[in-house]
Amino acid sequence: MKVTDPAILKLTVNNHPGVLSHVAGLFARRAYNLEGVMVRPVPGGPPHRSRMWLLVNEEDRLQQLIRQTEKLVDVISVEQHPMEGSVFESTQQYFT
Amino acid sequence: MNETDTPVAPSTRSESSVASSADSKTSNLQARELSGAQLLIELLERQGISHIAGVPGGANLPIYDALSASNIRHVLARHEQGAGFIAQGMARVTGEAQVCFASSGPGATNLVTAVADAMLDSIPLVAITGQVPQAMIGTDAFQEIDTFGLMLPITKHNWLVRSAQELIEVIPKAFELALSGRPGPVSIDIPKDVQNEIISVEALPPPGTRLPDPAVVSEEVDELLARITAAKQPVLMIGGGIVYAGATQTLRQFAEQLDLPAVQTFMGLGVLPADHKQSLGMLGMHGAPFTNLVLEECDLLVGLGVRFDDRATGKVAAFCPNAEFIHVDIDRSEIGKVLEPVLSITADVGDVLRMAVERLQPATRPEWQSRVQHLKREHPLQLDGHNDLFRPYGAIKAVASMLDERANVTTDVGQHQMWVAQAYPMVRPRQWISSGGLGTMGFGLPAAIGMALAQPDRKCICFSGDGSLMMNLQEFATAAEHNLDLKVIILNNNHLGLVRQQQTLFYRKNLSAVEFEQRTNFPMAAASMGVKGVDLSECEDPHEALRQALEEHGPCLINIPISETEMVFPMVAPGGANKDMITGAPA
Repeated sequence: MKVTDPAILKLTVNNHPGVLSHVAGLFARRAYNLEGVMVRPVPGGPPHRSRMWLLVNEEDRLQQLIRQTEKLVDVISVEQHPMEGSVFESTQQYFT
Repeated sequence: MNETDTPVAPSTRSESSVASSADSKTSNLQARELSGAQLLIELLERQGISHIAGVPGGANLPIYDALSASNIRHVLARHEQGAGFIAQGMARVTGEAQVCFASSGPGATNLVTAVADAMLDSIPLVAITGQVPQAMIGTDAFQEIDTFGLMLPITKHNWLVRSAQELIEVIPKAFELALSGRPGPVSIDIPKDVQNEIISVEALPPPGTRLPDPAVVSEEVDELLARITAAKQPVLMIGGGIVYAGATQTLRQFAEQLDLPAVQTFMGLGVLPADHKQSLGMLGMHGAPFTNLVLEECDLLVGLGVRFDDRATGKVAAFCPNAEFIHVDIDRSEIGKVLEPVLSITADVGDVLRMAVERLQPATRPEWQSRVQHLKREHPLQLDGHNDLFRPYGAIKAVASMLDERANVTTDVGQHQMWVAQAYPMVRPRQWISSGGLGTMGFGLPAAIGMALAQPDRKCICFSGDGSLMMNLQEFATAAEHNLDLKVIILNNNHLGLVRQQQTLFYRKNLSAVEFEQRTNFPMAAASMGVKGVDLSECEDPHEALRQALEEHGPCLINIPISETEMVFPMVAPGGANKDMITGAPA
């Protein structure tokens, strides 16, 4: 599927087991298109946090998707981010 | 387990409690050695849990060992799904979070339906499952299943607990989450080694409670009132959110003082009695004709604690075609999910209404009300056969006439559920509980057990069908064991009636797999489990037999045979517009 107008979400999440499952589970449950995921712990803490980058292809339901994601207990914040300066821009070369 | 009934109330810990005889204040001062299982039970006691429904098994043996030393009453269900719905029944009539237990593997999978049901209807349920020891997770051990993965999409949040220490944080947090904002289920999976792990416990945190709701934005309430004042033909749409917010009285004041007609969703029934001046009854797929016709004409629909479910709206594009929408809900993700409101308020609907009632200028709407009354007179709800005990509406009306407003009412799922929703005079919130969102056949009997455990001074009535009742029939034994004052009234057509109805209306009368070739003798089945069974068709004076069965204390099954050709009308075809109601059987 061609990514026409993907949105990039930058999440701050609690760094403990199951967080990725909760995010991926939400996307599966609500049939949101997830085109890319990158997640790593943020140094420092406590509290221990991870940064999660999501590439989503849901133009029409983006606001609904963000609101649902914000409801997840382990999600601290959700921000939209342009492609420029995102993790997906700098890692294109690994996905050819 | 044949104890006398006691109402659900915060329990006091027994002197022989596993956690020691010290009360919670002094227990904070000295370190104690506790197993994870003992710690769990103590944390549940601190939450005020008085009853737990469950089934023991290999992976939750330590929990049951600790439970036996507690004052918490255990209700041994005959199937984990029954346990889940018993806890739900208690939660739905009290509004408090309730607990159910199951073991790993099949215990957990059996619990899944009841947890999913709680999710769809926003019920505070805490499901606690045993899991194989952590060292065996991932090895396909006996009765190992990914409970975390199974519960994930059907809970507000869920945990796999990795140490006894974690329980101290997780258990209060679980109750806080189940009760806060929009209520809902949570699940906690506890490996057996965590249950057995001994830790030194000092202070315990306070019990988890509902967090304060976000503050209401004053200007939004002003705009709400201004838009209602400006509208010519406004209607309120009342949902379960009003019930859960404890806002029934405020809502009634609001509707009365602004003279606003109000439709109720299936989950909102009881907020306005059917004979209340502003009540337009239930909307949607099986709503009264006038209810759906008023919505065709309204110019402003104010959704209060609703989620615009498809059974209520019908085809969304054709729902309230002339109206703008206002949506008040505590769950922000509900705003704009189904339709776009011109004004939305994300807050507790009770807080919003209280502020609105303080500020509003009382008004009357003689023209709009006269139009509404006209539609009511011209397009009433027809309760065909309401004087005949052996017809659906007649049976429901007869039962209602023999009970007072104190009786609690639940149902299973199918035709009987819709007939009850249309015809039973619900007059107060939490009088009526039913599986709305998930539509789970088998809900009724265990839910009635939960209602009766929580409120033993009320008659607990479960209307059921022969299809639904068979799905959790085994719980009659649980009801008998606790000598609960519940009555199961089965409208028995020996068919899957609502499926038969849809095949009749929408599938060329091609009746496929809807008749039970082997009939079940329900009174005999109930009797085999210690529950009295009455078949009204075999009674000389069926009215008197019904009255007697309802009046005497104790569990009872009342069989009322009805014709399989009975249908629920009106009916909107799934996916159809609400204005296109089918009001009678095809020729």
